[in-house]
Amino acid sequence: MNDVKCECGHVNPHGTVLCEACGKILDEQADKNQLLDMRYEGSARRSQTYNKTIIDKIWNFFSSVKVGVWLIIITLIASALGTIFPQKMYIDQPPEVYYQQEYGTLGKIYYQLGFDDLYSSWWYLLLIAMIGISLVICSLDRVIPLYKALKAQKVTRHEGFLKRQRLFGVNSDAADKDLTLVKEQLQRKRYHIREENGNLLAEKGRFSRWGPYINHIGLIIFLIGTMMRFIPGMYVNENLWVREGETALVPETGEKFYIHNNKFILQTYDKNKDKTFAQALSKAGEVAKNYQSNVVLYEQSGKSLPGEKPKLKKVMDYKIRVNHPLSFDGYSIYQASFRSELSAMTFSLMNKQTNQTYGDVKIDLYNPKETYDLGKGYSVKILNYFPDFEFAKNGEPSTKSRDPNNPAFIFRMYTPDKPKGETSFVAIRQTIEPFGNNTYKMAFRGIDTKNVSGFVVRKDSSMWVIILGGIIFMIGVVQGSYWQHRRIWIQRKSGQVWIAGHTNKNWYGFKREIETVLAGTKLTMPEDQLQAGKNKEEG
Amino acid sequence: MASISSNLLFIAFILYLAATLFYGGSIKVKKDSNEKKTTTKWGQIAVLLTIIGFISQLGYFITRWIASGHAPVSNMFEFTTFFGMALVGAFIVIYFIYRTTLLGLFTMPVALLIIAYASMFPRDISPLIPALQSYWLYIHVTTAAIGEAILAISFAAGLIYLVKAIDQTKSDLQTFWLEIVMFTLVTVLGFVVVSSGFSAAGYHEKFNWIDKNDNQVTVDYTMPAITGPHKGELLTKGGFQPWVEMPAIVNAKKLNTVIWSLIGGLFLYSIIRLLLRKRIGAALKPLVKNVKLDFVDEISYRSVLIGFPVFTLGGLIFAMIWAQMAWSRFWGWDPKEVWALITWLFYAAFLHLRLSKGWHGKKSAWLGVIGFVIIMFNLVAVNLVIAGLHSYAGS
Ligand code: HEM
Repeated sequence: MNDVKCECGHVNPHGTVLCEACGKILDEQADKNQLLDMRYEGSARRSQTYNKTIIDKIWNFFSSVKVGVWLIIITLIASALGTIFPQKMYIDQPPEVYYQQEYGTLGKIYYQLGFDDLYSSWWYLLLIAMIGISLVICSLDRVIPLYKALKAQKVTRHEGFLKRQRLFGVNSDAADKDLTLVKEQLQRKRYHIREENGNLLAEKGRFSRWGPYINHIGLIIFLIGTMMRFIPGMYVNENLWVREGETALVPETGEKFYIHNNKFILQTYDKNKDKTFAQALSKAGEVAKNYQSNVVLYEQSGKSLPGEKPKLKKVMDYKIRVNHPLSFDGYSIYQASFRSELSAMTFSLMNKQTNQTYGDVKIDLYNPKETYDLGKGYSVKILNYFPDFEFAKNGEPSTKSRDPNNPAFIFRMYTPDKPKGETSFVAIRQTIEPFGNNTYKMAFRGIDTKNVSGFVVRKDSSMWVIILGGIIFMIGVVQGSYWQHRRIWIQRKSGQVWIAGHTNKNWYGFKREIETVLAGTKLTMPEDQLQAGKNKEEG
Repeated sequence: MASISSNLLFIAFILYLAATLFYGGSIKVKKDSNEKKTTTKWGQIAVLLTIIGFISQLGYFITRWIASGHAPVSNMFEFTTFFGMALVGAFIVIYFIYRTTLLGLFTMPVALLIIAYASMFPRDISPLIPALQSYWLYIHVTTAAIGEAILAISFAAGLIYLVKAIDQTKSDLQTFWLEIVMFTLVTVLGFVVVSSGFSAAGYHEKFNWIDKNDNQVTVDYTMPAITGPHKGELLTKGGFQPWVEMPAIVNAKKLNTVIWSLIGGLFLYSIIRLLLRKRIGAALKPLVKNVKLDFVDEISYRSVLIGFPVFTLGGLIFAMIWAQMAWSRFWGWDPKEVWALITWLFYAAFLHLRLSKGWHGKKSAWLGVIGFVIIMFNLVAVNLVIAGLHSYAGS
């Protein structure tokens, strides 16, 4: 395509509306408009120039702000839909049951539409991706030509350009001392001034024009950062339960780190001690004050053979609390939850008739002994232990897991009068005597519990990308919002002094600034042609 | 300390109220002495009262902080009050940029309503659960509230624009929706009046009812129950028998409060209409006679421009940092988070429509109104209706 040479001598790329250097209107159509559309300085944007190939069409689609706004609005509505009912991750029942049960038919439809997991649905991700693509193309389409146009601009501007600025005024003539005063006052307002043949261009805040593009770059980096967690190894998110007194391997650390849980602490507010909160506490009841696990972090020193106990080297002591995770080597361990678990059960061997007892048996539920000798010929043997008891499908007792959630035992009780022993099946709140009536029983005496800390182990190697994106976004958005690009042209045309002004936003403030700049001179304030047109319409 | 604190809040409220009257006066006076650009005596007094009120409320904030040991932004009362304060602060800033007292006349009543609304919630100093014990929480909540307050100024400016620009001689969609906005504001007042009325009278009635998990529970109504709970059984002698019983999945008590507020709102609104003999929108019109449309349009846009970065920082970025510390993930699609995202997307769309599609004037003013609706929805409905991690404890 041919470049366009303007009468001022500047060569503009094909598609340019206003000459980059002098602002003369190159495009016939634009000539009819009363005021110039200054948004992109009339520069040659690809999307406005080419529309032939499929690539042009895709480019033009995504570079349209209209499309961009639609994408934003659709995403907004979709996001709102996801808050009508709780998302899948916040419910503790199977979703196919939950939604219908809690919210009736509407809930069922909600679930069937897949809104229970809306934010990870393919179409939601697609929307976000399209916003991302749109951001990139939209910005590229504008920023490069805009940059070129602003760089190429000359001080002396074409008459048509000045006349069609929103702020424009003509003075018959101006004394030199007026112009020097204006220049001084412009400098005081921190304008950069360029002069050429008695013409003047005062400009400030051009960098704010890059604000939107910088913030879009920030957004893109942020989005890329959030996508990076799908790369294997970048992202670790595991739950880890550690009992008090136990040491556990920290998952996904390549068998390198171990954590020992010394103690879990739950503190609640005390009405009598925390006096300030007395009133609120008497209404709310128990309120948690602190969840804390006192832990020791270990690192494995040297390789140990499979099956061998790892050699551990202490790294540090730490008190993991909510809001105060333990961080090491890119990993963070968070206090997420806790539960208390049965740790031991105590029974007495008892004669059912006389209720006389013959000693207590305390069974460590993680590690029960085979036989407990009570002396004088009394002993108890554990024939079978089911930490998490249930009846299997075939009616046989079995265990669901190795956690002692619902312990059950088959005991064999040996006594001097029953030297062969009696068998008894004991579970919580039930005793079965499979071989007929026994003389003795294992009478329940008590339980011991132990706290188990629930941790979340995280590693997010993409975090720095996300943070970087956020920072860049903030810089860009501040730059574009808190500064404006303002230009004032004071030029001699046909024996007169013309003043024109342009700002990319905040016209009211700009006009007030021009007023102060022109104060004390004979130069008149340029007219707001847009306002004037409106006033005429309004009558 | 706690009592000094609530006194300061009360003083601030009274000062704001007085300021509002003076803002009204400043407009009236201006009309007589025509075409004077500077702020009138009345206007100056109004601004002064606003500033003293703001300082007094700042005093409330600081003393309450000292009393409780944590920044008072941790329950519905505290947060909403802070939002009201931020709104006044945002107005003061914008006032010094644009010097228009008319904006005060529209902003201060909104701030007053918000603070009055806040006072309807339990005012006890509440303890912080572990997740809330973080400096990031304070930073996040205060910055987000300040951002939202600045954005809300565009609502006030938008209202001025609409009151002036909408032709009240006909009845169309625009007059209708503007009147809905006015009615909503009146309804908030209705809620305040009705609930303080019943609470002054010490009204209470208790019900036994069956919740959706078939458990029997009791509930304490502080207003006569129009909508009763599921299988409710009135325990209070001489209590009000509900007119309708709600199914178990509906929170009958909250619905009852909404109904009473609507009744109060309708009642107040009818009285106002009887007195004015025209729409509120039409009655406000003389007040905005002297203002230029372009001028308020710019204030509205400018406040979005100033507020958007602040909101992004407080409502999203600081929120993410806190969430990362407290819950180990910076984003969890919790309803409150999602609504912050929606607010953000909405104002992003606003800015793009304005910059690239030339949505100025009425369209932009309506967007300012919608934005405020979204902010209030996030503040009120998401806390009280859509339960999530963020919803402040208490009912
Ligand atoms: C959620 C995503 C987005 C955010 C937060 C965002 C943010 C912004 C902001 C704050 C501005 C400056 C507005 C002003 O100064 O009034 C802006 C400008 C702009 N944005 Fe976006 N944007 C987003 C998405 C998009 C998309 C998808 C497109 C593409 C269609 C787009 C295209 C533009 C354009 C063309 C400008 C104007 C640049 C100029 O005139 O100098 N934005 N954006």
